[in-house]
Amino acid sequence: MTIREIRDLLDAQVLTCEQSLDHQVFSACGSDMMSDVLAYVKDQAVLLTGLVNSQVVRTAEMMDMVCIVFVRSKQPTPEILELAKEAGIVVMATKKRMYEACGKLYHSGLRKTDSKGDAGAAQ
Amino acid sequence: MSEAVRFHFDVDGENFTSAGEASVAIKKTLRQMGFSPDIIRRVSIAMYEGEINMVIHAGGGKADVTVDSEKIEIVLADNGPGIADIGLAMQEGYSTAPDNIRSLGFGAGMGLPNMKRYTDSMDIQSTVGKGTTITMQIRIA
Ligand SMILES: Nc1ncnc2c1ncn2[C@@H]1O[C@H](COP(=O)(O)OP(=O)(O)OP(=O)(O)O)[C@@H](O)[C@H]1O
Ligand SMILES: [Mg+2]
Repeated sequence: MTIREIRDLLDAQVLTCEQSLDHQVFSACGSDMMSDVLAYVKDQAVLLTGLVNSQVVRTAEMMDMVCIVFVRSKQPTPEILELAKEAGIVVMATKKRMYEACGKLYHSGLRKTDSKGDAGAAQ
Repeated sequence: MSEAVRFHFDVDGENFTSAGEASVAIKKTLRQMGFSPDIIRRVSIAMYEGEINMVIHAGGGKADVTVDSEKIEIVLADNGPGIADIGLAMQEGYSTAPDNIRSLGFGAGMGLPNMKRYTDSMDIQSTVGKGTTITMQIRIA
């Protein structure tokens, strides 16, 4: 799936790195706990979260993730968007809640399991 | 690489927003030095967890990274409250983080075990009331 398709499925607004919308992604995870993302996530490329602070971007950057989706209409600050831009991470915001957003992406085929065979972390 | 390369960072304990800047800088540097994505990710995650710990548990500290021909070494030193029972702190799920830290997305008690998992060696020296020094090594050769 491309990041563009994620945007369309979630009716999301893209806030940074529009030029990377055609990037292919194969897996995603949803969590509000960055501790868990750092501990359990393997190769997921997309992070869906309802948490909004600069550590969301740093966590994604450390994990080599390429796209952050803020759910429930959370609006990141300009400072957060600047960090994401520097890291080359696509940030988007959707009105959908976590459950529905993850469900839509999973249903549409974004469900590849990681190298260890576990399903993507979802809290 | 014949000579070791060293990097030093002061980690500000007052500012949660800037926590992780040292890890981001090291990640960029290792990329420029041509390390494999796997090595870079292991160093990044271990250092970032340690950096966040210094900010949320110890009021900040210092981070020193040394790269030589055999390994990448990360030393995180703080003058915080120290860790009374290191064995307990190393257990998954053990955390003394207050609710306000949890609302920032941290405090699951996963950081120290994660640091151990992603490094080849990890040593914790800690004295209650004095501070904590964590030394982690990742072999590159
Ligand atoms: N630098 C430090 N100084 C003092 N205490 C520390 C330090 N690092 C860790 N600790 C103690 O060890 C506990 C476990 O640390 P660990 O990183 O595993 O979990 P956490 O930081 O509480 O949560 P998480 O890392 O999942 O966000 C902490 O809750 C804290 O009590
Ligand atoms: Mg921690």
